[in-house]
Amino acid sequence: MSLSLDDVKRVANLARIEVSEQEANTALAQLSGIFSLIQQMQAVDTSTIQPMSHAQDVMQRLRPDVVTEIDQRELFQSVAPQVEAGLYLVPKVIE
Amino acid sequence: MSRGWIPAFAGMTFTLPARQAGPIVLPSGASAIKIYPEKVLAMQWEIVIGLEVHAQLSTQSKIFSGASTAFGAAPNAEACGVDLALPGVLPVLNRGAVDRAIKLGLAVGGKINSPSIFARKNYFYPDLPKGYQISQYELPVVEGGSVRIQVRQDGEEREKMIRLVRAHLEEDAGKSLHEDFHGMTGIDLNRAGTPLLEIVSEPDMRSSAEAVVYAKTLHSLVRWIGICDGNMQEGSFRCDANVSVRHQGADRLGTRCEIKNLNSFRFLEKAIDYEARRQIEILEDGGTIQQQTRLYDPDKDETRAMRSKEDAQDYRYFPDPDLLPLEISGSWIAEVKSGLPELPQQMRTRFERDYGLSAYDASTLTADRDIAGYYEAVVDKLPSDPKLCANWVMGDISGYLNDQGKFFDNCPLSPSQLAQLLTRIKDGTISGKIAKEVFRQMWTKVREQSATWKSRNSELEENLADQIIEAQGLKQISDSGALEKLVGEVIAANSKSVEEYKAGKEKAFNALVGQVMKAAKGKANPAQVNEILKKKLAD
Repeated sequence: MSLSLDDVKRVANLARIEVSEQEANTALAQLSGIFSLIQQMQAVDTSTIQPMSHAQDVMQRLRPDVVTEIDQRELFQSVAPQVEAGLYLVPKVIE
Repeated sequence: MSRGWIPAFAGMTFTLPARQAGPIVLPSGASAIKIYPEKVLAMQWEIVIGLEVHAQLSTQSKIFSGASTAFGAAPNAEACGVDLALPGVLPVLNRGAVDRAIKLGLAVGGKINSPSIFARKNYFYPDLPKGYQISQYELPVVEGGSVRIQVRQDGEEREKMIRLVRAHLEEDAGKSLHEDFHGMTGIDLNRAGTPLLEIVSEPDMRSSAEAVVYAKTLHSLVRWIGICDGNMQEGSFRCDANVSVRHQGADRLGTRCEIKNLNSFRFLEKAIDYEARRQIEILEDGGTIQQQTRLYDPDKDETRAMRSKEDAQDYRYFPDPDLLPLEISGSWIAEVKSGLPELPQQMRTRFERDYGLSAYDASTLTADRDIAGYYEAVVDKLPSDPKLCANWVMGDISGYLNDQGKFFDNCPLSPSQLAQLLTRIKDGTISGKIAKEVFRQMWTKVREQSATWKSRNSELEENLADQIIEAQGLKQISDSGALEKLVGEVIAANSKSVEEYKAGKEKAFNALVGQVMKAAKGKANPAQVNEILKKKLAD
């Protein structure tokens, strides 16, 4: 699979990363390098191997369904740029 | 045929057959055209619907943090560091959320995946502080399964199977408040991290009515197995409907639109009807449907475009490195299974088999666990007549409860109080007609105590029906001597009717029965009156 400059710009846009033309070209070269490594790995027959979803061969630990957190709104909101009536204020969002 | 008419009609046809048994007759010039709704549709459009239901799981704490999920707290009072996505925090999975997902999986006969994987669904919105939602993509907790629904077709109850694709765990997002905060948006993250089970159906429904029945059945099921409180006003049970249309008989699905966040069954039905009509109009005009996410506006009764649908790649799903694969052992599944109550489907079958109830009665009485429990408690006291019990539970009690906006869990009248009244009908102490009157008085009496049958010490009032019957002398006259005397008096006073009867007029006999009942103030047993009267007139 070959990556185009448009692909890079699209992914950057989805990730809300602003890239210049030069940065996009650099990213394209680097990503293409990674892609060629992946291509090399894809040549290996893995049909009998179960896909891995995590690097460690351990299972998720669970917590009991108990409320352990107390209300720390004052503390958390002390570092927020703007709050009002208990709400965090952010620039207007329009669909 | 005029184009303006068919689309409007086609959207409605599925709901018509239930109400409209015969043909619809449309005047057309001199002669009338008969159109059968089903046949119009057969030549026309088929509506295809799949539902995604978000059921909020009834855990105490959030899915990945120890913050409370209680509804109605002050803004952000229940948003902890994990919910706010502060640097350095890590999610830890709530066992209670997984428990509930397994329950649903077992109840619908789905496959429980182990391992099951959590994934990041990436998108930017301020009510999602991490920049991604933790959800499941590959290997959801539940795959497959089905829900059986009761649909009416051609006036008959029929069972239809709606297949499920999957049910996966995910976290809810916060709430954005767009009221004016000096041109800014206010964010409340109390709901962020609340556990949701997204239950996805196959596109197996063919009308808005079917979609509503499916949604109601699922709603009843999640409450039945105790994984969700089902409170739709508070958003605990929300539906997204995927709607497309195609020519009847076509094998490919049409392009679909998704209608988001339908939080009532009525809106679900209206939104689907509107959306199907909209799509049919576009297609009949030679246009094409654009895949879209749409919102339903209940005030205008229409759907409108929200945003162009992102395809799955845009979300850039990948396994969340903060969460390890979830292992669900066989012993865990067995433990959950042993804690499951008898399911509505099983109970329905048992009611039909053991109590001889119709499919309709059995399904009404298993609509939720409270009515089912109440009914069984009545039958327990009067096992000889489950049908009579069913009639009263579904009829009189439901009616009175509806009038007061109450449900069976807080019914003021206890099952044993009702059972005693029904026993008095059975043993001939009172007639069915008098029983209605006794019931009305019982209801008034128990309502005054403003307690429910569960909270009241019911031993005291067990014989409420007998008290009322006794105090007001409502007992049927079963003493045949007294009845014969009454009949004799009526015959003597109505010689005209007697002559007419003897001349062969059957109607005259009924008039005489009526006179006897009147003389007995409704307390005579009609069958007994008939018998005595016939005998006396034959003399």
